[in-house]
Parts: sequence; structure tokens; C-alpha cells
Amino acid sequence: MNSRKHIAIIGATSKIAEHCARLWAEDQPVLLSLVGRNRDKLKRIVDDLRVRSPQSEISSFEADFVIPEKINAMVNHIGSIAPVDIVLIAHGYLPNQSECQHDLKKAADVMFINSISPVLFAEAFARQMEQNNQGTIALIGSVAGDRGRKSNYFYGAAKGLVTRYAQGLQHHFTGKGVKVVLIKPGPTDTPMTANMKTAGIKLASAEQVAKDIVIAIEKGKPLVYTPKKWWLIMMIATHLPAFIFNRLNI
Amino acid sequence: MDHSITSSKRSAVSSWGRLSASLHDVTCFTNPEEVITHIQRAEKPAIPYGMGRSYGDVCLNPAGCLWKTDKLDHFISFNRVTGKLRCEAGVLLGDIQRLFIPQGWCLPVTPGTQIVTVGGAIANDVHGKNHHVKGCFGNHVISIKLVRTDGEIIVCSSTEKRDWLEATIGGMGLTGIILAAEIQLCPTPGVWLETENIAYNGIDTFFSLADSSEKEWEYTVSWIDCLSGDSLRGIFMRGNHTDIRRKPRSNKRLLSVPLTPPFSMVNRLSLRPFNLIYYQLQKWKSGRSVSHYEPFFYPLDNIRNWNRMYGSRGFYQYQMVIPRSAGHRAIAEILKTIAKSGQGSFLAVLKTFGNEKSPGLLSFPLPGVTLALDFPNKGQSTLNLFKQLDRIVDETGGRLYPAKDARMPAALFRKGYNQLNEFVKYKDPGISSGFSRRVMEV
Ligand SMILES: Cc1cc2nc3c(=O)[nH]c(=O)nc-3n(C[C@H](O)[C@H](O)[C@H](O)COP(=O)(O)OP(=O)(O)OC[C@H]3O[C@@H](n4cnc5c(N)ncnc54)[C@H](O)[C@@H]3O)c2cc1C
Ligand SMILES: NC(=O)c1ccc[n+]([C@@H]2O[C@H](COP(=O)([O-])OP(=O)(O)OC[C@H]3O[C@@H](n4cnc5c(N)ncnc54)[C@H](OP(=O)(O)O)[C@@H]3O)[C@@H](O)[C@H]2O)c1
Repeated sequence: MNSRKHIAIIGATSKIAEHCARLWAEDQPVLLSLVGRNRDKLKRIVDDLRVRSPQSEISSFEADFVIPEKINAMVNHIGSIAPVDIVLIAHGYLPNQSECQHDLKKAADVMFINSISPVLFAEAFARQMEQNNQGTIALIGSVAGDRGRKSNYFYGAAKGLVTRYAQGLQHHFTGKGVKVVLIKPGPTDTPMTANMKTAGIKLASAEQVAKDIVIAIEKGKPLVYTPKKWWLIMMIATHLPAFIFNRLNI
Repeated sequence: MDHSITSSKRSAVSSWGRLSASLHDVTCFTNPEEVITHIQRAEKPAIPYGMGRSYGDVCLNPAGCLWKTDKLDHFISFNRVTGKLRCEAGVLLGDIQRLFIPQGWCLPVTPGTQIVTVGGAIANDVHGKNHHVKGCFGNHVISIKLVRTDGEIIVCSSTEKRDWLEATIGGMGLTGIILAAEIQLCPTPGVWLETENIAYNGIDTFFSLADSSEKEWEYTVSWIDCLSGDSLRGIFMRGNHTDIRRKPRSNKRLLSVPLTPPFSMVNRLSLRPFNLIYYQLQKWKSGRSVSHYEPFFYPLDNIRNWNRMYGSRGFYQYQMVIPRSAGHRAIAEILKTIAKSGQGSFLAVLKTFGNEKSPGLLSFPLPGVTLALDFPNKGQSTLNLFKQLDRIVDETGGRLYPAKDARMPAALFRKGYNQLNEFVKYKDPGISSGFSRRVMEV
């Protein structure tokens, strides 16, 4: 019997997800299935993790993130290697808001990749885990999904959808062996934010956010803000009356 | 979003000495391909920047561009039989130690902090407490993958393009960006060292302790009270790897200097008592013990941002090497000069270098003795003191360590580093630093 945990990461080339993978693999030997869309990027990460954790078994898969049948087949394939204990669904991107406002195709892509695609992956894993009555599904949402604002409402709306979906799935699995963890990072120093105007905002490090994620998954927490302070900030932001909030230039 | 576009941000950047915080256009690389495409398109010269643990301006390019390489932090391969490690240039020495020591392999050479990148360690050809046994970091570099701003990729080793290896080791980032390197790790029995501390008086005693320890001890270093003048007072520390097993270390506590005081906490009043107390403390701990590698190799890494202690004006480190023949007299004179000035700090380190020659054209160590001291920046009076020290270094055929320097005169550099003319042939025209303009005029 294989006693190593089987951990799958969708969007494994994400900086945050990569640091989670390092933490898992360095802690103890694991079975890692890394899913991404770019073979060279995946190879760089697999090579690195193999050096960090020679005892772990690490495979990577190039996948389609859009077509439901292909997503389903990919998830089935991963499940056939060994039952999945943890899946972290991490892919997503921060678009240029004004481009989306002028180009519906761009708007559609943002909405799809940041919400529908992660949800389809989650649902495919949910069916699998439901059969085994065990496993943890972790989804990366965002503080941006807590309240819409003019500077990124497509991204925010997509992340908001992930929040609602996670809530529903948590409800569905209440009292069962499957756990659903929703992570809401604040602005974090990753390639995604490299072009962001960050005047005044201190970006969290991807390492720190990854640490919080790994702990939250271990504890099976339903919701985690990382860094923690974002819980308070978003608590205030979501409770500000619209006549004040809408005057803010954010 | 197009991930292939590498953006830059204008921000204030300092090095470890915090003497300046000039604006730089900072580009942060996240993968090697991005480096190759970006630097060919760069319009203005830049300098690579690892963790900024250099004290002065070798890693700075005031009002210019900076290429941050610390996110090139991936391992590539490790051969568990031969101990050969390939990794990207941004990998931290600390990560190598943490991951490989438990597997029986360690870095053959490590500086006094592990928060430095492999690229930085090569570019300054750093040395450690075992120079008399293992030479410099560069002595253990098998090959380097370098990219030039014209797009050329050079893989150099002792058998292939050796001249590029020699220019890049100790080349202060000026020959191109190091993308990756292969390093020979060294077998080690584990995380523990057998150590001995010996309190001593007098320069003679230092040299005789150093000489008599070199055969049997891999690591030797001495802390000295730089205000003790002629009657040098110090603690000699030596260590060897050991296979003795101890209980795992409990979670270490990380201390931190949370903010920068408006003035230096290292001033004339605090300095003398501090040195005395430190000396007494260490003396009390004299004798043999078993130490984990972290406090032994990296005593200051546990106090995050200790460099802030010197206040908002920052501090200088002055590190020189004096050839062995002149060592004794020169060190005495240097210490006398410093004691007279009343400047200095609790961090004064005295160590002998061995005869192992590094391949690097501009490597710092010479067979002899090295002394490193920190000085809070008091403006002109500090610079005047350095002028006096320069004179002694110059007269004895010594030289200063660029990794620690923010002010040495060009003439002293040229005289100390007589392979400079050879080196300049390998300099990348698209790379420039505060240091290179100041002392090499390129
Ligand atoms: C507490 C402390 C103790 C120290 N003890 C020692 C010691 O015992 N012995 C010793 O020798 N040094 C010592 N140092 C100095 C330190 O080891 C060196 O300055 C080291 O080079 C810093 O590495 P870094 O990654 O921070 O590089 P930086 O300081 O950022 O850069 C150093 C040089 O490397 C170049 N560089 C960095 N990355 C690359 C790259 N990818 N490609 C090409 N060039 C690159 C830069 O351009 C620059 O010229 C100490 C420093 C501190 C703060
Ligand atoms: N960084 C932040 O400030 C922040 C804040 C809140 C939430 N988040 C969320 O955290 C998650 C991880 O992001 P990160 O910060 O780690 O950023 P990142 O390093 O840029 O990673 C983004 C990931 O998404 C993938 N991706 C992007 N567009 C895709 C597409 N069209 N199809 C398939 N995959 C795509 C990327 O794949 P490639 O490598 O192949 O491009 C990469 O794996 C994302 O869901 C993000 O929304 C980030």
C-alpha cells in the first residue's frame, strides 16, 4: 500500500502553488501530480522538487483548462494513479481591466479562466472524492472577490463566483469526509502582480501565503484570509455603505 | 496577460551597509528565458542584484537599472553519489545547507551569512572560516552558465572556456548574468560541529593559535576587541564537523531590529562597554562544546536586520588582507590607528588566509591575514580614518575586499588587483555598477 499522500496541483506553475509544493515535498515524501499548460515551466518545477525531495514521486501533466470533457478526463487520469488526498486549484490571472471593458472576448476569457475553469476542476475532483468519502479540495479565490470595485470587477466577479461555489460545496459535504478549503490571498508578490501598480501596498511574500495555505489545508479550515490582516480589511470593506465605498478611488 | 513582458519598477534600493537608497529601475526575473530576452532589449546598463548582502556598491547602480536574480531559485539536479549540485543562480546558500546537510553533503565554503545567493557567492568569490583548507567558493565551482547582454550564452568550466570562468568568479556581476552553476558539495557527517573558544591576548598569540590550529581544525576565526589597541584582546574560535549526535535544535527564535533608530546605537559610549561585555561573555563560554552549524557559521543571521542598528546614515565595513610577511606589524598599526580614532564597532574579525589560490582574476584573498571591521558612518571623520588605513594597506602590498567596499580610491584598487587589465576584456558593455564606475572607470 502506498502510504504517501497524493497531492494534485492544478495551475502548478503558479508561484504561490509552487511554494506550497515545496513545503509539502520538503516536509515528507509525497506523490505529487502537477498540472499546467506549459511543458518547459512544469519541467523546471519538477526538476527542482525532485532535488528538494528525492523520496517523492513527482509527475507533471499538460492539460486543457477550458474543455469540460478534457478536464474530466485529466482528473480521472490523476485519480487512477492513486486516490487524491489533496487538490489545490491555483490557476488564474489578473487582467487589464480597461481592456476587458472594451473587448468582450477578453472579458469572457477572464471570467472563464478565473471562475468556470477552476470550478469544473473542483467539481470533477469532488465526484471522485465523494466516492472515497475522503480528500480535501482547496480553491484559491481572492480578497478581490469580496466586493466589486471599478478597477477590477471582472476578476473580482470571477473570484466571487469561486467563493459562492465553495460555499455550496461545503454545504454539500457537511458531515461527510470531504473538506473544502477556500483561500483568499491579499496582494502577493508573484508574476501576476509584477505589472500591478502597488504604490502604498506592501505585497505579501509567496512563501508566507503558501505557508498559510498549507496550514489551512492541514486543518481543513473552510475559509482563510492570507495574510491574516485581510480578514479585518475585507470585513470593513464589505460593510462600508455604497455611498461611501463608491466614492473611493480603488 | 502576456507573461513574457518583464516589467520594471522604480524603487529605492540599498545594500547591506545602508549608506545610500538611490532610485533604481528594478526588474525582477522569475525564469531564465525571461532574462535572456530582456537583457538583449535593455537600453541602459544594469547590474545583477542577489540578496544585497554586499555592504557597498558592487550590487548597486545608482540612478540606473538593476536586475534582481533571487527568484531564479530552482535546483536543477543533484548527484547523490558525486555530490555535484546544479542550480540556478538565485538559490540561497541557506537552502543548500538546510536541504543537503541532513543528506550528508554541505557547502565546501560558506560566508558568515547564509542569506546570500549562489550568483552573489560566485560574483564576489566569497570565503569562509576554512579558507586555509578549502580556499574560496570559486575553488568549488565546476561550471557556470552565463548570459551576456548581446544574447550570447557561455558555459564555462575548468576545461571549457576557462578564461570566462576565471573572469566570472569574483567578477562582481560585470561579465554577464550568471543563470546557473554547478557546484561540488562536500561530504559531511551532519549538522553538528565540535568547537573550541579560547580567550587570548596579543597579536603574537593570535598568530601562534592560528598556525597551530590550521592542521587539525577546518574552521578558524577570531573575534577581537578593536578598541584594545596594542594589547590585542580576542577570542579564537575553531571548529570541526563531527558525527556526534545531539538532540534536534528547538525552534530557533528570530530576533529583529524592527526599525531604524535616527542615530547609530553603536557610538563611543556604547561601543566600549559592549565590546567588554561581549568579551567577558565569550570568555565565560571558553572551552570546548558542540554547536549546531547555524549559530557557528551564521551567528548574526538570527538577528534580522541587525544592520539597522547603525542608524539612518548606515555603516561601512572595512576589510583588508595583508600579505603574511607584513601581517603582524600592519595589523598592530591598523588597530592602533583605529583605537586612537575611537571609531569602530563590536564586529571585528581577524582570520588567516591559506595558500589555496582561487581561479578568479579579481578574487580578494591572498596568503596572509584579513581583518574586517564595521564603522558607523560619521561622514568625513570616518572617511579620514579610512585614508589612514588605506595607506597602511597600500604600503604592505595588501588590498581591500570589493564586497565590503563603498569608498576605496581607484588607485588602491588598481594596485591591489593587478589582473584588472586582463579582466576588463571580459566585461559586458551592457553592465555597470556604482563600484565599476568608481574604481574601474568602466
Ligand atoms: C553578516 C554578513 C557576513 C558576511 N560574511 C562574509 C564572509 O565571511 N566572507 C565573505 O566572503 N563575504 C561575507 N559577506 C559578504 C557576502 O557574502 C557577499 O557580499 C555576497 O556576495 C552577497 O551575496 P548576495 O546574493 O547578497 O549578492 P549581492 O550582494 O546582491 O551582489 C553581490 C555581487 O554579485 C553580483 N551578482 C549577484 N547575483 C548575480 C548573478 N546571478 N549573476 C551575476 N552576478 C551576480 C552582483 O552584481 C554583485 O556584484 C558577509 C555579508 C554579511 C551581511
Ligand atoms: N498574486 C496575488 O496577488 C493574488 C491575490 C489573490 C489571489 N491570487 C490567486 O492566486 C492564484 C495563483 O496566482 P499567483 O499569484 O501564484 O500567480 P502566478 O504565479 O502568475 O500564477 C498564475 C497561474 O495561473 C496559470 N494561468 C494563467 N492564465 C491561465 C490560462 N489562461 N489558462 C490556464 N492557466 C492559466 C498560470 O499558468 P502559466 O504559468 O502557464 O502562465 C499559473 O500557473 C490565482 O488564482 C490568483 O488569482 C493571487
